[in-house]
Amino acid sequence: MFTGFFYKLKEARIPVSLREYLTLLEAVEKGLANYAVEDFYYLARAALVKDERHLDRFDQVFGAHFKGVIDLTDGMDEVAEADIPEEWLRKLAEKFLTDEEKAEIEALGGWEKLMETLKQRLEEQKGRHQGGNKWIGTAGTSPFGAYGYNPEGVQIGQDKSRHRRAVKVWDKREFKNLDDSVEIGTRNIKVALRRLRKWARTGAADELDLPGTISSTARQGWLDVQMRPERHNAVKVLMLFDIGGSMDDHIKVCEELFSAVKTEFKHLEYYYFHNCPYEGLWKDNARRRTDQVSTWDVIRTYGADYKLVIVGDATMSPYEITYPGGSVEHWNQEAGAVWMQRLLDHFEHAAWINPQAENWWQYHGSIQIMHKLMEGRMYPLTLEGLDRMTGALNR
Amino acid sequence: MKFQGTENYVATEDLMVAVNAAITLQRPLLVKGEPGTGKTVLAEEIAKSLGKKLITWSIKSTTRAQQGLYEYDAVSRLRDSQLGDERVHDIANYIVKGKLWEAFEDESAPVLLIDEIDKADIEFPNDLLQELDRMEFFVYETQETIKATNRPIVIITSNNEKELPDAFLRRCFFHYIRFPDAETMAEIVAVHFPDIQKRLVSEALNLFYDMRDVGGLKKKPSTSELLDWLKLLMAEDLPPEALRAKDAKTAVPPLHGALLKNEQDVHLFERLAFMARREGR
Repeated sequence: MFTGFFYKLKEARIPVSLREYLTLLEAVEKGLANYAVEDFYYLARAALVKDERHLDRFDQVFGAHFKGVIDLTDGMDEVAEADIPEEWLRKLAEKFLTDEEKAEIEALGGWEKLMETLKQRLEEQKGRHQGGNKWIGTAGTSPFGAYGYNPEGVQIGQDKSRHRRAVKVWDKREFKNLDDSVEIGTRNIKVALRRLRKWARTGAADELDLPGTISSTARQGWLDVQMRPERHNAVKVLMLFDIGGSMDDHIKVCEELFSAVKTEFKHLEYYYFHNCPYEGLWKDNARRRTDQVSTWDVIRTYGADYKLVIVGDATMSPYEITYPGGSVEHWNQEAGAVWMQRLLDHFEHAAWINPQAENWWQYHGSIQIMHKLMEGRMYPLTLEGLDRMTGALNR
Repeated sequence: MKFQGTENYVATEDLMVAVNAAITLQRPLLVKGEPGTGKTVLAEEIAKSLGKKLITWSIKSTTRAQQGLYEYDAVSRLRDSQLGDERVHDIANYIVKGKLWEAFEDESAPVLLIDEIDKADIEFPNDLLQELDRMEFFVYETQETIKATNRPIVIITSNNEKELPDAFLRRCFFHYIRFPDAETMAEIVAVHFPDIQKRLVSEALNLFYDMRDVGGLKKKPSTSELLDWLKLLMAEDLPPEALRAKDAKTAVPPLHGALLKNEQDVHLFERLAFMARREGR
């Protein structure tokens, strides 16, 4: 019934299972959705999403998938999406563009092509929520907006007012900022050691199991001493350090911090990368060119029970994350984001420590992108940030 | 049987859908949200509005799943056997019923609140999977199966301190209580203090949302803190003007102790007040 929707949720990496899908169908069958779109939205959300981190993604998928349906039910007299703006634009262009500029448009593939790209980009722009700064709006770089017509005129974002309705609940995307953090404050890092130690020592030492002994003695009728097996440090950590850049000092602090508590962890492994993890990582910075380890090997070597901690300032050109070949050091076949995603898909518990002050994050496109990739699990290199990090990793 | 909020509890539409889905399909409802947004109160209000009994099982870090089902009090039995008590021959005398048993046994299908499930050990939810799914469990000592005749309505709250296992989540409905917008908040205040002055409320709400917008607060004030604060303001009988004075001389609102629970936050506010005063001069 909603199979397409279900698969789209899966594609968006929202962990939905068949069981939840069946629950939703069962609820719909019992008449809980009441045939109103909004009720159905609430119901689907309650049945399919189990973590507030995924609510925003769910809203986006829901909006994209049921767009046609809602348009049909809400406004039968609506005109097809792109008709008006295209006509309108064409007229505008004829009025204002010089012949040279028209030729330039032809070179881009003509109007149809241009409009198609524009529409495509609009869709894309609507579909992603931040870091869309390479799309329409950055005047001068894209063909749109360069010819003097305001993107507003192309009815960007106007389909809401055309419906003469309030914004749809899921279009509001109220859960967008749910996992964004606000607190800051750089304080002495030394106290952090204690916190990290506390984190490493999860679980008590071995001891006499007193309640167990009493209960067992009472059952058996003779003294039956029960010992609880020694619980040892179970935390395994894989660390990736961003090396070779302006933030080296901070990253060194972090490195020392973690190696100081190294003995406390069951396993602590580390690798280096530059700016963004790509297909290769290395252990020795002096031999970074020769002794690279394939990231795939790293993923395969360390199990999903390892907690991944990435330390880096994430300050770079956004292209270094989003485009193949974006790396400043070598030609990378696949974009950094792809590799990040692979790491995150494998290591369920992951966090990024960013030595940049937290209130600066919003001004860097690349930090925003990374923050989004990490699903908000980026923490400042402060006591409190470390606290939040260990809290998140322990969950 | 439909939940529509009560005169003491303002339920948003999405919350109602989630609650009703959980009631109709007889699945547990997992409720998350900022502390103080009324997660625990929700269960009480559901019980009240449906006219059902509420059974609360508060979870602590030491709580084990077995305690919710039953406990075998072997020590009492050993003592009784020493004293030659007749009761010792029947093991059923030493089975102490837990909250789940109590809820399953109740014919009226009560509301069972499992409060703050994230406090317990990480395996805790897994240990309750079958019990909550089938609403039955087996008592090993007496070889009997306890099965719910009428399935209770199960509400589970979590403060997000630990991630819950997937298998557990799949069996629940989920609702995240979002922080209420100004409109809903005004409704909530009206429900709690019907005779409060309108102007005082709007001043207080403005101040409250301003405070939530201040970056760097360790703990943002939440609904329950707002209600406490209003109660204090009413008890002190402060005029609305006292609140409006915030821009001129003091940024720290009167009786801020009800809103700010952390001395660092209070310091932050005092610093802001100091800066505001300096600029004003």
